[in-house]
Amino acid sequence: MSHPVLEVKNLSVAFGSREGALVAVNDISFHVDRGEVLGLVGESGSGKSVTGLAILGLIDAPGRIAAGSSIRLDGQELVGMPEDELRRLRGRKLAMIFQDPMTTLNPVLRIDTQMIEAVTAHEKVSERAARARAREALQRVGIPSPDERLLAYPHQFSGGMRQRVAIAIALLHRPMLLVADEPTTALDVTIQAQIISEVQDLAAQTGTAMIWVTHDLSVVAGLADRVAVMYAGRVVEQGTVADVLERPLHPYAHGLIGSVPSRNRRGSPLAQIPGMTPSLGRLPPGCAFNPRCPRATEICRGQWPEATIYPGGRTARCYHPHIENEAAA
Amino acid sequence: MTTSEPIVALEEVSKRFVKPLDTAEKIGRIFGANVKEEVVRAVDDVSLRIAEGEVVGLVGESGCGKSTLGRVIAGTMNPSGGAVRYRGAIVEGMNAQDRRRADLAIQMIFQDPMASLNPRMRVSEIIGEAPVVHGLVASRDAETYVAETMQRVGLDPSTRKRYPHQFSGGQRARIGIARALAVKPEVLVCDESTAALDVSIQAQVINLFMRLREELKLTYVFVSHDLGVVEHISDRVAVMYLGRIVELAPTDRLFSGPNHPYTQALLAEVPRLEARKKKFSALKGEIPSPLSPPSGCHFHPRCPFAFERCKVERPALKEIAPGWSSACHLNDKAA
Repeated sequence: MSHPVLEVKNLSVAFGSREGALVAVNDISFHVDRGEVLGLVGESGSGKSVTGLAILGLIDAPGRIAAGSSIRLDGQELVGMPEDELRRLRGRKLAMIFQDPMTTLNPVLRIDTQMIEAVTAHEKVSERAARARAREALQRVGIPSPDERLLAYPHQFSGGMRQRVAIAIALLHRPMLLVADEPTTALDVTIQAQIISEVQDLAAQTGTAMIWVTHDLSVVAGLADRVAVMYAGRVVEQGTVADVLERPLHPYAHGLIGSVPSRNRRGSPLAQIPGMTPSLGRLPPGCAFNPRCPRATEICRGQWPEATIYPGGRTARCYHPHIENEAAA
Repeated sequence: MTTSEPIVALEEVSKRFVKPLDTAEKIGRIFGANVKEEVVRAVDDVSLRIAEGEVVGLVGESGCGKSTLGRVIAGTMNPSGGAVRYRGAIVEGMNAQDRRRADLAIQMIFQDPMASLNPRMRVSEIIGEAPVVHGLVASRDAETYVAETMQRVGLDPSTRKRYPHQFSGGQRARIGIARALAVKPEVLVCDESTAALDVSIQAQVINLFMRLREELKLTYVFVSHDLGVVEHISDRVAVMYLGRIVELAPTDRLFSGPNHPYTQALLAEVPRLEARKKKFSALKGEIPSPLSPPSGCHFHPRCPFAFERCKVERPALKEIAPGWSSACHLNDKAA
């Protein structure tokens, strides 16, 4: 078919600091097809959120997208695009929802003001038509009595409701791509399930592709088509959810999946990854995972392994992958 | 699990928080205005027996009262009704000496170590202060004692002169655990103690909890919204909804065949690693405000099986099988 909705190639994002440049995202490539959900998984500091922000063009100084990076939305290059053009895309073709909707919504403006503004920013419609659109959008995300709720302020909503409003705004213009950065992490399981189910329905209706940034492998398991696992700014493994979660190749992905309680027999010790995630300023030489890796050898301390392509189109960056998992497939 | 005398027993414990009327409202009331004090029943008539050496998980959504109940058990809050017994004696009725012993025996570990560790104290002081003050350790032995305790939780004793901000999240969690262990407790109340940690670090801390349980014969009350963690670590699980325990059962029973409709819904929503392209179904609505909980069974407005009786009569927590109780009228109907 034609090109994917989003194609990221060799993306690097660095932040200048006193100790020199910290490379938060280091030469990553991935793509998202139409209507597809990509799970971007990693622990704190792995660069998953920065990747999301970079796609939206929201990296501010001292951070910058390094030369040679490419982000193409529907074939159109976003890196280096002038800010006013980017602004026309954001909210219309590209949208993002964040973990804490209180930082997305303006606390001193009523919901109707914010939603009508979001409509009229991209389309020339009367305020009345915009209000009707806003009302309909609230209804779609399952907010009861939308007419009253339009007149309310963000603090009058519960956490789950606020996130719904943020989603309603993000989907107002049926964007091609929605980047969701841990949108359900702060919510209870029942509310999380409600939100995910609504986003699933809406994305199916509008054909919106999604990047779901999260640290929660279990959410990705039930929601995503493909998954990319990040560690210390690199994508260490990517592939279909079934491949990566059931037969991980990279020792980090392997360890991460093993440490989820449900994968372990109750009462027995959890499989754990020793040590802790390295700080970006003091990355070990070679593969950044090598000090924690049970399979590390001399070669791993040399330089990062290149991404190797395995059957089924999945990739992993490792000198000693769990290849037995591949053979079993 | 032992069947002898429970180490901690809760008897119809309630905790109410009251927002008193301000002056204007009091004057208003003299003139006949209809203003009332706002009362939240964070914990409403909860009875629970915790046996020595047992791990009891306390689960529920935000606002269900699980943290408040944890604090009542730990003695940092006094119940507004009912009694907490420690080894048979009512904690509130104890003399000062016994009360102190009971308070030391039940320690609490909090979610956010940055908020519960004094940022201006060195780790050696954080861990060493309480045991010296309470006379468990002579001050000249404090240094060695701190080093031992740190080793026990997997911290390097050579870092004892550092401040909390110099540690990573997982290490800070260990400092919080070391501080609690330093006074030689018998019961640990862990309030979302692993919630803020990354998956790989969370696994390390859970393993630490389980090792300590073996080594020190500890009893745990594990408060968490993370059902996967609770399933892994607990012997028994109590599910709370709006201040009440709705189901209490051995862990494997609860997770393999929950009885209460709320537990069923809650477990159905838990994301699982094994699930593929799951259709997330949704339990309707949100947890109601605890200021004005629904009548009868608190869950009835969201319950797919609710009938007339649920709206008027509060279901009692009844035993439906040995060691397994549930508060639902449906169980009477079936019988």
